[in-house]
Amino acid sequence: MGYLKRSLLQIIPSLLILTLIVFALVYVAGDPVSQMLPENATAEDRAILTEALGLDEPFHIQYLQYLGDMIRGDFGTSYQYQEPALELVTERLAATLTLSLMALSVAIFISIPLGILAALKRNTVIDFLVSGISVVGKAMPNFWIGIMLILFFAVMFPIFPVSGADSPLHFVLPSITLGVALAAEMTRLVRASVLEVIEQEYVQTARSKGQMESIVIGKHVFLNSLIPVVTIIGLQFPQLIGGAIVVETVFSWPGIGRLLLTAIETSDMAVVQAIVFVIALITIVVNLVTDIIYRVLDPRIKYN
Amino acid sequence: MTNNEQHTPLLSVDHLVTEFSAKGNKSITVVDDVSFTVNPGEIVAIVGESGSGKSITSQSIMGLLKSGGSITNGSIHYQGSNILTLSKKERRQLRGKEMSMIFQEPMSSLNPMLRIKSQIAEALRINQPSKSKRETMDNAIDLLKQVEIPDAEAVANRFPHQLSGGMRQRVMIAIALAGDPKLLIADEPTTALDVTTQAQILALIKDLNKRNGTGVIFITHDLSVVADIADRVLVMYAGKIVESATVYDLFEHPQHPYTIGLMKAMPTLDSQVEELEPISGNAPNLANKPEGCAFYPRCPFATEACLTAVPELRTLEKGHDVRCIHPVKEGVLHEK
Repeated sequence: MGYLKRSLLQIIPSLLILTLIVFALVYVAGDPVSQMLPENATAEDRAILTEALGLDEPFHIQYLQYLGDMIRGDFGTSYQYQEPALELVTERLAATLTLSLMALSVAIFISIPLGILAALKRNTVIDFLVSGISVVGKAMPNFWIGIMLILFFAVMFPIFPVSGADSPLHFVLPSITLGVALAAEMTRLVRASVLEVIEQEYVQTARSKGQMESIVIGKHVFLNSLIPVVTIIGLQFPQLIGGAIVVETVFSWPGIGRLLLTAIETSDMAVVQAIVFVIALITIVVNLVTDIIYRVLDPRIKYN
Repeated sequence: MTNNEQHTPLLSVDHLVTEFSAKGNKSITVVDDVSFTVNPGEIVAIVGESGSGKSITSQSIMGLLKSGGSITNGSIHYQGSNILTLSKKERRQLRGKEMSMIFQEPMSSLNPMLRIKSQIAEALRINQPSKSKRETMDNAIDLLKQVEIPDAEAVANRFPHQLSGGMRQRVMIAIALAGDPKLLIADEPTTALDVTTQAQILALIKDLNKRNGTGVIFITHDLSVVADIADRVLVMYAGKIVESATVYDLFEHPQHPYTIGLMKAMPTLDSQVEELEPISGNAPNLANKPEGCAFYPRCPFATEACLTAVPELRTLEKGHDVRCIHPVKEGVLHEK
């Protein structure tokens, strides 16, 4: 599959540009020397540490150094944890990815039936209700949803645990919190997409064959309306990981979100770089997967 | 009329009224008191401009009206029984098996995500669910051969976007034939095709009509196509039938000024006329039809009387009806 090979090759320049941006941001913003030394350190102490860390080298030398280390899998050491930054990230990555995937499932399970329902019952009370709910869902910030869910389902009615990721029950509140906004967005999209497809002539063709309406909707309308939905999932997944940072804080979720937050607070730049790099890599992979799903779904898109 | 008169017609549409209503608006009568019959083996053409109600008539027969549309009066008898009283399920069971339809846009009337064979197989399975997969596929390929698709086995495995417009329309016809229907409704099946392909599709429909005795309702805006294919012609204007005659009669002695206008606007090879004469003005807004005759504002022969009198469809001679208070036969009037 020449297409796949080319897409994989295209990842390399994207990653190079990405590392440059991450490095430049940290180069401009971070000052690890003043973070690492006590406040009363002398200018001489500072100069010694700067040289020891190689921070006196010019930008491009430092970047190449950074790039070389990265290729060897060395993303630097966390000042705070005194552990390799990449390990800190990978240890927690699974928790964040699981949370994001659960949230995505929540969004899919809510939005697809609701979106189809709203489209089939266009301009009825049901449609307005669904549209109303999705506007509200999109308008609520997820930290607030999280706090409300905790209040209702953990404090007033203690059904679900509040913090940690130890059992399947622990997943319920955080994934709903994270998934609601995406569900709202996707509901509107599924509705619009179904409405567009249902007007297509091939749907009338299916009906003219004497096909049952439920199969007409399931086979002809739904499958065709999935294409834009796949796109939005691909675009939204990285944002979901971004949202996870907030949700993880609310639910004390042991993912990279909380790690990133503390790393930023303490200017633990090696960890920040490692996290940004990993999230960007996930974005690139998700885009690639979206593209492949696209091609599987829609035979009109060619592989070469 | 044909010599089948003593038999029950295949399809009989009587005083059909179809209205569309959007929320909060007055409903619009799109098909207004339309009556006609189709006999077995007969090709009836319905001619008219966009918005004349010809497509809605066919959707009313098929039971495929889009949302907002409803039949508010009249009856549609298929083989003698009124199908408007049937349940949704019974209506659905008529589709494909008894009556089927070909649409205008072969580009959009096939599902882009499914292979040709599975789209034909779908239609076959609805009628013969007991057949094995192998048999159904063989039947699908047979159907493709029946509509004269070369290399049917290969085409069966393609997706719609890999076929030309003419090929897709053949596939649509194959789908329509899958249930071996007695009535085929072709809604402008050749409009989107080039002239050569158009001629081939017309020949194919005519051939199927002769071979299987399928009754055909052929909807078009193109009179030259009508001359080629139809036994009988209905001319529709603003939701009403304004003239109805055998194809020979209509072309030899057109009676309604609108029909005459359509003919003058039609290019022919042998005519000496240098310029085509379009009908002036536009088709009326159905929500705001003129009082009196709907064609009055565009009619070159209109008189004062046309402004107020709503003309009835009346029979001038056997098999030739016209909706005009002073048709050509009763003396050509002076153009305005």
